[in-house]
Amino acid sequence: MAIALDSRPMRDVTAWNQLKTNRNWLAIWFMLPAAAFLILFLAYPLGLGVWLSFTDARLGRDGIFVGFENYEYLWEDSIFWLSVFNTLLYTSVASIIKFAVGLYLALLLNERLPFKAIIRAVVLIPFIVPTVLSAIAFWWLFDPQFSIISWSLKKMGLITANIDFLGDVWNARWSVIFANIWRGVPFVAITLLAGLQTVSPSLYEAATIDGATTWQRFRYITYPLLTPIIAVVMTFSVLFTFTDFQLIWVMTRGGPVNATHLMATFSYQRAIMSGYLGEGAAISTAMIPFLLGAILVSWFGLQRRKWQQGESND
Amino acid sequence: MTDALAEKAATPRDVLTGSAPLADESEGMSYLQSLPRQLVTVYLPLSLILFVLLFPFYWMALTSVKPDEQLLDLETYSPFWTWNPTLKHVYKLLFETDYPTWLWNTMLVAICATALSIIASVLAAYAIVRLRYKGAQWVGGAIFLAYLVPPSILFIPLSTVVFQYGLFDTPFALILTYPTILIPFSTWLLMGYFKTIPFELEECALIDGASRWQILTRIVLPLAVPGLISAFIFCFTLCWNEFIYALTFISSTQYKTVPVAIVTALVDGDIYRWGSLMAGAMIGSLPLVILYAFFVEHYVSAMTGAVKE
Repeated sequence: MAIALDSRPMRDVTAWNQLKTNRNWLAIWFMLPAAAFLILFLAYPLGLGVWLSFTDARLGRDGIFVGFENYEYLWEDSIFWLSVFNTLLYTSVASIIKFAVGLYLALLLNERLPFKAIIRAVVLIPFIVPTVLSAIAFWWLFDPQFSIISWSLKKMGLITANIDFLGDVWNARWSVIFANIWRGVPFVAITLLAGLQTVSPSLYEAATIDGATTWQRFRYITYPLLTPIIAVVMTFSVLFTFTDFQLIWVMTRGGPVNATHLMATFSYQRAIMSGYLGEGAAISTAMIPFLLGAILVSWFGLQRRKWQQGESND
Repeated sequence: MTDALAEKAATPRDVLTGSAPLADESEGMSYLQSLPRQLVTVYLPLSLILFVLLFPFYWMALTSVKPDEQLLDLETYSPFWTWNPTLKHVYKLLFETDYPTWLWNTMLVAICATALSIIASVLAAYAIVRLRYKGAQWVGGAIFLAYLVPPSILFIPLSTVVFQYGLFDTPFALILTYPTILIPFSTWLLMGYFKTIPFELEECALIDGASRWQILTRIVLPLAVPGLISAFIFCFTLCWNEFIYALTFISSTQYKTVPVAIVTALVDGDIYRWGSLMAGAMIGSLPLVILYAFFVEHYVSAMTGAVKE
């Protein structure tokens, strides 16, 4: 055996062998497909988007560099500011309620219940069904003439005329926010439930013996232990609410009188429907600072988690 | 102490069934609560939330089988039930519109995009976790960042890119762009799974003369099957759910996917459209709901796996 090894000449380590076994070369082969996709269809368009926002490109025509003209134009555009306001309102209200209801639902699901597994599985269904399809169901539920909600409220004697859910400025805003909450709560609830189940029951027992109330048990045990996962879940929730497109597009298309235009739907309208690619790209680019903010929050959330668990915890 | 707790993290099965030893113990104190009290604090709010979460689906299903005259006449018939259900809307949808084509398009795009993404993600995740090449950690971080880039800021430049590559208005536009959403997610998920596979197994295989490729296909992948299933069905769901790319990159009706086609082609201003619209929404959701029913645990693990770590 030893002889055989010795007689093996060194020249066996050819360039090809090097490519096959060297860790770094091998890694390049393994990373290639994913990197190709992400560079061609993610990183490049991301950069291109920023570039487009500085040009006067139209649909089907390359633009030339115009500096900050698009941004200056948007700065003067009251609809743009309305869409920023709508986006912030939509994101903040929907996220806060999603968090509150989601956490509450998670706590409820953590109780002893009959048919626990089925209930928990059913809760997640709104999250599974494609947003567009459930948005269409909401569109029908919010129909100005045949809304079952208006009908029920009328039968109960609470209102006298049909509610114009999607035709009135504020009604429309609350309606789309409601639909967003409806879809987001299951995600928040199920992920927080996973976090809740890692909390040791002995902590609650000890606290109960020490005379802690339900609120105190939640405030001083559940909440602190759940903070890391809350940070991550809420960052995702804020991120996806902020960039929401589907729900609005299906239910209102930004109407009535732009009252529900989010930045995403507004950029679609300007770039694809009106053809002003440069301007649309400027609106998209304007969303990036907000997204960076959300990512920073997520990062600090994760850091805090690392800090709690010790550095070595991978 | 939190370290110890984290190690006992609930598995997805436990999240659903509550069968973890921890969860069982946590029920130990609930005998302190009387039944009437539980009714008010647990069952009442829970059933209220469940009602709100499920009512739209009931309404969707009911609308899709109601005869037209009952749909629009809320006074003579009780709107909450129908005694003479009809399949007219479903029939109209399946045989008088292009719905089957759209369904097929969605399925094709979803399966191709998912398969591509899973292959790319398996290789990338393995390289990041186990080859640990120079800068692997940075690449891992970059992939997480890519996960946070939302489609709604990418679709404008992507539409020009798709046009440049000559993919506009073909299924390939979607098959090749969806992986940008799926790869970051599934790579992240699979990295977590690969980390749990003991390193020693690979060392043994290396000593026995296996190549990295053999290790990946014969040792790592068979052990990571649950993770692969999670990644697969979650990617499939995301594809099915995707809207903005499909809306922007596809213009001819025969290539549209279900969500886009329902919104653009099926909404025709007909006053009796609601029945077939709801039928379309129902049938469009069914494949996912069926898939979900079989793989609930994998969904939950995909969701929590994406959030953890």
